[in-house]
Amino acid sequence: MRLQGRKVVGGYAEGEALVSLDPVSFYGGVDPETGMVTEPGHAVEGECVTGRVFVFPTGKGSTVGSYVIFRMRRMGTAPAAIINAETEAIIATGCVLAEIPLMDRLEADPLEALRTGDFVKVNADEGFIEAVDGRS
Amino acid sequence: MLYLTREEERMLGGEEGPAVAKSMELLVALGEVFGAERLVPVESAHISGVSYKNLGDAGLDFLEEQAGLGARARVRATLNPAGMDLDLWREMGVPEAFAEKQLRVIQAFEGMGVELTCTCTPYLVGHVPRPGSQVAWAESSAVAFSNSVLGARTNRESGPTSIASAVTGRAALYGYRLEESRLPGKVVEVEAELGTRLEYSALGYLTGELLGTTVPYFKGIENPGLESLKALGAACATSGGISLYHIEGVTSEVARIPSEALRGLERFSVEGADLAEAASALSSGVDDPVVCLGCPHCSLEELREAAGLLRGKTLRRRLWVFTSRGVHREAERRGYVAAVEEAGGRVLRDTCMVVAPLREMGWREAATNSYKCAQYLSDMGIAVRLGTVAELVEAAAG
Repeated sequence: MRLQGRKVVGGYAEGEALVSLDPVSFYGGVDPETGMVTEPGHAVEGECVTGRVFVFPTGKGSTVGSYVIFRMRRMGTAPAAIINAETEAIIATGCVLAEIPLMDRLEADPLEALRTGDFVKVNADEGFIEAVDGRS
Repeated sequence: MLYLTREEERMLGGEEGPAVAKSMELLVALGEVFGAERLVPVESAHISGVSYKNLGDAGLDFLEEQAGLGARARVRATLNPAGMDLDLWREMGVPEAFAEKQLRVIQAFEGMGVELTCTCTPYLVGHVPRPGSQVAWAESSAVAFSNSVLGARTNRESGPTSIASAVTGRAALYGYRLEESRLPGKVVEVEAELGTRLEYSALGYLTGELLGTTVPYFKGIENPGLESLKALGAACATSGGISLYHIEGVTSEVARIPSEALRGLERFSVEGADLAEAASALSSGVDDPVVCLGCPHCSLEELREAAGLLRGKTLRRRLWVFTSRGVHREAERRGYVAAVEEAGGRVLRDTCMVVAPLREMGWREAATNSYKCAQYLSDMGIAVRLGTVAELVEAAAG
């Protein structure tokens, strides 16, 4: 499956998808030391985002979250790429600082089109993603 | 697609160094997210994200790296409060390890050529943008003041975007930088009598809860005074995301709002009882609170008032007043600081109760006249009582 979308931060990355139906706060909601989602009751609580293509609707919470994304990249715990349904300033800022490819506004809703475990190539520079079903 | 001038292209391409390129990349990315057509020059920046309590090692790493890459402010840039008084932190009970990191944050900003004002009220220490000018301010209470009272134009910038604007002298043109986004979205009819600043703070808090991020048009507020406007905007920006408000007959852009722009807007009315209710929702029972004033940082007038109330009294409880170095200097010269401190209070600079590591400093209970402060302290798990300055001084004197 190939989907066109909007490049927010350029680059290319690939990895296994982690799909969250809940918005994500990197400040307080993700542990930068381990890459684990720690927010109680969150859709992907206990999952590790490190090296994965992290797919979620949008960002939320404190603007300090941008710095947390930056720190995760430095510590080697950051996601490989981020795909949002519709991104916002905290995630976009964090991805610029950390040089993590970020796309949004795909031609199909990524929360429905992608599943956790799919293998996803994010070609933000060219403005498309390619996904291979993780079950096939 | 965002249009860039030839100079901006060069900055983005790295011809002015890696720090400028990174800053430009950030402004362009956000400009595209928000549908900006181009960038605009900004005359100044006010930078948030200074307290190590909020930044943590994540923010410290970034700031030190940027300073190391040669990031330098090319327009005037002032700084928000730090997590401690930069001289009196030991007396505040701030842990040594925190202080060491906090001083590194300040050093990084100093290296970037940022004025170390360490205040949320830069407009009280000489950083006053011209009406209609484009600026890039972070700190939600200063954003509200700058847009609403001074008539300058800024979005609610974050730490990284305010730094990027300082370093490039640019911001992406969207949101409150555009005339059409500055029109009011809802009318708030104030039936309540507003006397104290606590009541202005309550009105702001209620308005933010009702309106979210919509621009309010207040009717029925007369001669509010600078301190009341400061309290109103800070509270509006805390419970909601209000970055701009208009007050009929008071604020700078009201004359430019065409009367048909108000027609058909949803109206809310706020009565005295609504304000009292807002207070009870945030207040909890406290036995031995630290009384804290100065959220946002006290003006000279507020210090004069506190000094007047405290003169000749002996306090039984701790009373801390937070202000900027600039205002502190003047208050010292006029004897206000001595009056507060002879009564047993303390006037601290560079910091405030919202960004200091209060839990590590052993705080459990506080009393304040600011809804913004009450909200943040409650979020930290500290019990808060709200009261007017006179009531709080009375309580501290026991």
